[in-house]
Amino acid sequence: MVKLKNMSVLVFIDQSEGHIKKSSFEAASYGAKVAEQLGTTAEALILGSVTDDVAALGNYGIKKVYTVADAALNSFDAQVYTKIIAQAAANSDIIVFSNTTTGKAVAPRLSVKLKAGLVSGAVALPDTSNGFTVKKTVFSGKAFANISVTTAKKIIALNPNSFNIITTGGTAAVEPFAATIDAAKVTVTNVDLVKGEIPLGEADIVVSGGRGLKGPENWGMITELAQLLGAATACSRPVADINWRPHHEHVGQTGLAIAPNLYIAVGISGAIQHLAGVNRSKVIVVINKDPEAPFFKAADYGIVGDAFEVMPKIIDAVKKLKGA
Amino acid sequence: MKILVCISKTPDTTAKIAFSDNNTKFAADGVQWIINPYDEWYALVRAIELKEADASTAIHLITVGGADTEPIIRKALALGGDEAIRVNADSHDSFYIASQIAEIARQGSYDLIFTGKETIDYNGSSIGGMVAELLDMPYISHAVKFNLDGGAAVVTREIDGGEETDKVGLPVAVSCQKGMAEQRIPNMKGIMGARSKPLKVVEPVAAETYTSIASFDLPPAKAGVKLISADTPEELVRLLHEEAKAI
Repeated sequence: MVKLKNMSVLVFIDQSEGHIKKSSFEAASYGAKVAEQLGTTAEALILGSVTDDVAALGNYGIKKVYTVADAALNSFDAQVYTKIIAQAAANSDIIVFSNTTTGKAVAPRLSVKLKAGLVSGAVALPDTSNGFTVKKTVFSGKAFANISVTTAKKIIALNPNSFNIITTGGTAAVEPFAATIDAAKVTVTNVDLVKGEIPLGEADIVVSGGRGLKGPENWGMITELAQLLGAATACSRPVADINWRPHHEHVGQTGLAIAPNLYIAVGISGAIQHLAGVNRSKVIVVINKDPEAPFFKAADYGIVGDAFEVMPKIIDAVKKLKGA
Repeated sequence: MKILVCISKTPDTTAKIAFSDNNTKFAADGVQWIINPYDEWYALVRAIELKEADASTAIHLITVGGADTEPIIRKALALGGDEAIRVNADSHDSFYIASQIAEIARQGSYDLIFTGKETIDYNGSSIGGMVAELLDMPYISHAVKFNLDGGAAVVTREIDGGEETDKVGLPVAVSCQKGMAEQRIPNMKGIMGARSKPLKVVEPVAAETYTSIASFDLPPAKAGVKLISADTPEELVRLLHEEAKAI
């Protein structure tokens, strides 16, 4: 067991059931780049029982990984986590999180505890040419703000799918970190993970359906295309509101904001509130029978046509492409 | 049971987003202001439901903002809530705002502090966690269900890829999102009653700011849509594979 030595960038690595989350590899790559900018090295901290090989974080630019392998930490309590991270970050200038549900629960607390300014929802590397500013999404994806952080310590919570994973090769040193662990005030009584589905926030490809599909019984073509592409499924707000699809699939201003590589919208008109949640997608495909649908203005590719005729042909073409 | 609900004023969800003063200020001309939907539809309405289940519950609303936030806080009072506090300060720094709320919360000894999961303008998702840390109380974020069970709260929250149910003693801070409650529309009785409900204005306490907004950017405009004939959808698949390299 060692105490942490002086260092500058600490990346919090989030895990679920022993596996490192994809968003944490992005955070690791981001942290490594920030460290490179500052002429220092990036280290990482991971809490709880981990079955993945944490030394492999070296492949994402992390030089050393601190572990606190206490099984009590497999249950999440933001307060307990914050105290441990604060101990590990005592000598860190910059702490990087992924802006996921865990990051959003812990980073604000850590900001108070370390008197460190927080930028949540960061989408780019810091600009250190004049002070320290970080670009983040505001107005639910309709704009960006460049946030100037004026405290000595800084916390950046990186939006998922905003920074490409960079593999560097290499293996990280792994050291247990001797942390004081408080008793949790929060008891986790049940965890219900949606098995076999790709978490929407982490998905590279998302296939999404709207009211144009006319009813939940017609979702087969959405889920089939999603399965073929290894994609997550999503929906518009009206569809979630009338319970055609579960609420966690709702993307948009008051649902989840996502930024996949490819977003395929079927039968969604593209109200401004929906666009706010998806307009950071790299490629947007819109399939709608109404040529006046506002979504076409935000799209890269579009088909003006009836989804019920177009989708089976697309599914066939994808099957051919994938050799299925 | 005393509940403090944090209310924020945000531009309407359909507002056109533009900036002035060399991209350093949000151009508020002609913008309709609303209660932040997460604060209203989920945090406030769930608090009202708890009061409907137990009439001894007191709901206090807090907002940190200038006099221009008063129509918003009156609208919140029209939905429900017994009284409101406006901390007379204008800031975009989460730590400063959280410090003001924590001060009021300390004085009021609340059992529950509800916030929305984020505001739809600055998307910080920070106030609930910061207030909880300032008050050294537990914090459950992204709650989709909230119930009281004796002296404890049973909260289901969204986690990456699913949901988790937690049990936690009071006091606790909770950030609320879809699932917690259903949107309500204020009725005439509520609107009339809101006029006479107490709205206390207090001056801010001294607090640091940790961040400031240097400037805003709008996303680059799209190059324009490439339309593919509905007769040849397989062409879309070819383009996504060969041109966009997205599949």
